[in-house]
Amino acid sequence: MSSETPKFEARDLTRTYGHGKKLRVAVDRVSFTIGDEQIVSLVGQSGCGKTVLAKMLLRLERPSSGELHFAGQPIARVPDRRHHWRRVQAVFQDPFSAFNQFFTIRSQLKSSFHLFEKSPADAEMEERIDHALRAVNIEPQEVEGKYPFELSGGQMQRMLLARIFILRPEVLIADEPTSMVDACSRASILDYLMKLKRELAMTIVFVTHDIGLAYYVSDSIFIMHEGRIVEQGPPDQVTQAPKSEITRQLLDDIPQLNRDWLKRGTPSDRPANRTA
Amino acid sequence: MAPVLEVDHLRVHYLTRFGVKIQAVDDVSFRLEEGQILGIAGESGCGKTTLVSGCMGLYIPPLHHTSGDVRIAGRSIIGLGPEQNRREVLGRRISIIPQGALNSLNPTRKIKDLAADMILSHDESADKKQIHERLRQRFERIGMDAEQVLGAYPVELPAGMKQRAVIGISTLLDPKVVIADEPTSALDVSTQKAVIRLLFDLMDEGIVSSMIFITHELPLLRHVSSSIAVMYAGEFVEVGTTEEVIYHPRHPYTKALMSSTLSAEPGQRIRKPVAIEGAPPNLAKPMVGCRFAERCPTVRPACHTERQHLRLVEGRQVRCDYVE
Amino acid sequence: MKLLLGLFKSPSFLVGIGLFSATVLLALGAPLFFHVDPYTRVGLPFLPPSSAHWLGTDHMGVDMFSMLVTGLRSSLEVGLVAGTVATLAGTLIGVYGGFKGGLVDDVLTAATNLFLVIPSLIVLILLSSSLEHGRSLFLIALIIGCTTWTWSARAVRAQSASLRGRDHVNLARINGYGTFGIVVLHILPYLLSYIFMVFILQTATGILAEASISMLGLGPYDSVSLGKILNEAIRNEALTDGAWWAFAPAMFLVTVIAFALFVINTSMEGVFNPRLRK
Repeated sequence: MSSETPKFEARDLTRTYGHGKKLRVAVDRVSFTIGDEQIVSLVGQSGCGKTVLAKMLLRLERPSSGELHFAGQPIARVPDRRHHWRRVQAVFQDPFSAFNQFFTIRSQLKSSFHLFEKSPADAEMEERIDHALRAVNIEPQEVEGKYPFELSGGQMQRMLLARIFILRPEVLIADEPTSMVDACSRASILDYLMKLKRELAMTIVFVTHDIGLAYYVSDSIFIMHEGRIVEQGPPDQVTQAPKSEITRQLLDDIPQLNRDWLKRGTPSDRPANRTA
Repeated sequence: MAPVLEVDHLRVHYLTRFGVKIQAVDDVSFRLEEGQILGIAGESGCGKTTLVSGCMGLYIPPLHHTSGDVRIAGRSIIGLGPEQNRREVLGRRISIIPQGALNSLNPTRKIKDLAADMILSHDESADKKQIHERLRQRFERIGMDAEQVLGAYPVELPAGMKQRAVIGISTLLDPKVVIADEPTSALDVSTQKAVIRLLFDLMDEGIVSSMIFITHELPLLRHVSSSIAVMYAGEFVEVGTTEEVIYHPRHPYTKALMSSTLSAEPGQRIRKPVAIEGAPPNLAKPMVGCRFAERCPTVRPACHTERQHLRLVEGRQVRCDYVE
Repeated sequence: MKLLLGLFKSPSFLVGIGLFSATVLLALGAPLFFHVDPYTRVGLPFLPPSSAHWLGTDHMGVDMFSMLVTGLRSSLEVGLVAGTVATLAGTLIGVYGGFKGGLVDDVLTAATNLFLVIPSLIVLILLSSSLEHGRSLFLIALIIGCTTWTWSARAVRAQSASLRGRDHVNLARINGYGTFGIVVLHILPYLLSYIFMVFILQTATGILAEASISMLGLGPYDSVSLGKILNEAIRNEALTDGAWWAFAPAMFLVTVIAFALFVINTSMEGVFNPRLRK
């Protein structure tokens, strides 16, 4: 049962870097509400501020000005960020650089328990790890004693998700979890996100540059450009009746099968032989 | 007219430090004609990048040539030493835009110096001033702000511009064939479009005559190539025109690839993608039977023991005996 | 592990480690096989090399070969101690400042730059000369270490800062690890090979620094070192007397050790290239 209090509430949230002439505004007076048990997507080109905004929600970046509330309280109310991280977690874009190359995968999954105030007994930790691995369709034997470089990109990304199944936060910030994964594995990553929402009542903030992926997975989409939210709404509305030129451009940029994407005719029109 | 690039039963292997032989490319053949764009699609690890090195003659240990031939404009490049290969073949006849190129640019050199380095490695006598001038002209011609880009360091440029600069540099010597290895993987969709447009501009301008486009996103090839070869575990499993392969895939792997990619078309009903279970086979182990058997949704008992060969099915090649 | 095997294939590494091992063997092994006595007069001063005394005698008539071997050992010890101290100090300061960033980094960098700017040789000279009594080998090594750490600090700091923003560090943060945990588990392992290279260079620096101040007469008073040999040769006009054996071998050895260490370091750079991902 989702609660009435929105998970995140922002008013004029801003993040800048540098000062004076070198001032760079990454997030520009952004205001929004993210409800409980929703999948919300932040969509935009590289550099639009979506990652910085996500990091602020994660408390890895501090707002320069404006207000940000989490579950009804100002986000920085409790100085010890570990309390926040017990409720808000993340998966990152590059699954290989997200893990330490010197330790086995399993030991790194186990180190997530460090976040808890009291670590459960060893046997219970092992069991929870096994359970989480199976939740992402990996048999524990498959990764037994293995180091990150021994697994594929898709498997590593699932390791990041397994960690979330272990930690069971209320909120997951997923920063471009599919961009370094083969196209054929992307759908399954998104399916896991939906599984997290369904089975663990998680609120998910999905950061991406591909509005098509956002459409597949979201309950609500925010379009970002140059630090501002230029459009927001339910997926069907945003994609079928976009109000902003930015949104239209993003829709236009995804290659679709039934549309002339590059507006140059099909490659078969070119004077080329059809042999192979 | 001789095909621009001919690959004839090429086999390429890696020899690991412990003596293990990995047959990364196992009997691949194809021809690339003038003006043609060939797309090669496959997951990470299927051998496509190794195939590229093989086509370029880049047999640097641990990569070794097993057997087969590669001919560019009729002349074989197998057997040329690395020096000769570098001088005559690379960059001049055939050029590559490597995977992750934008991340391997030397951060301490300006773009124009990187380009000069590349040219000087092919022709020591080239005049630096001339090179810079030629660079400037070329970049302007392909629609890039030469002043800004050439004088910049790689860190100063956004990813999209870096990739386009890499493409500009790689094609400076007007190679006949350009191989683009996952040129759009790490880029956002808007930049992807710009990069692919650039590749097409190069072809339109006659700078490049033919192209091989490598990707893991099969649907992308619908907009890029006129013919497609689908690669799996070191072999081609389906080869045909883009129309045929994309809209009427026959090999179970091609079908799986198409149905697992999210071509979420906003506004239309979403077709639920079906993920391909399992992982590609370990190429270090000897393989018996069909390599896709472990993951094939329509596998039969015979598939595990009988090696599949390419056969002609309605005008295209498919590596599966049970497809009609 | 595979990297180490790769090292042994590098010719420059083999040359470097060969030379260095030879000097270590000489220093440690010679006393076991030959009669080494740097304290007893065994003949007239400045006797030329002969079959009895391979490198002749020094200004006091002591066997030069013994002096050299003993001095070699002292110099190596000083180098290692100084190198260790400098590497430890530099690494601690560099890693911490690089990782923390902000004010902490600014303060530590300012301190490092301050030390960097002060000519270490002058400091060494001043410190050594103020310690009229008590200039032991160990103390000298300590002083050298404390004045040459700045280079390590800067080098390590740069590496540490570049690791700070990595995703695996972020992941450790959101796993609730504090600064200490992250530095030890997630930063240091990535820097180990780099720190090892730093150590090699610092050792070479230590040996050269000791040779310099000992040559100026400010070295350890209680033991023989290569620099001290040089100093005594100068003071007793060995060169003008034509007694090259009192001077040249020591000079040669200092050069060889430093060269060997530098070559090892360079060859390691080629193998341990901080391309941390393939």
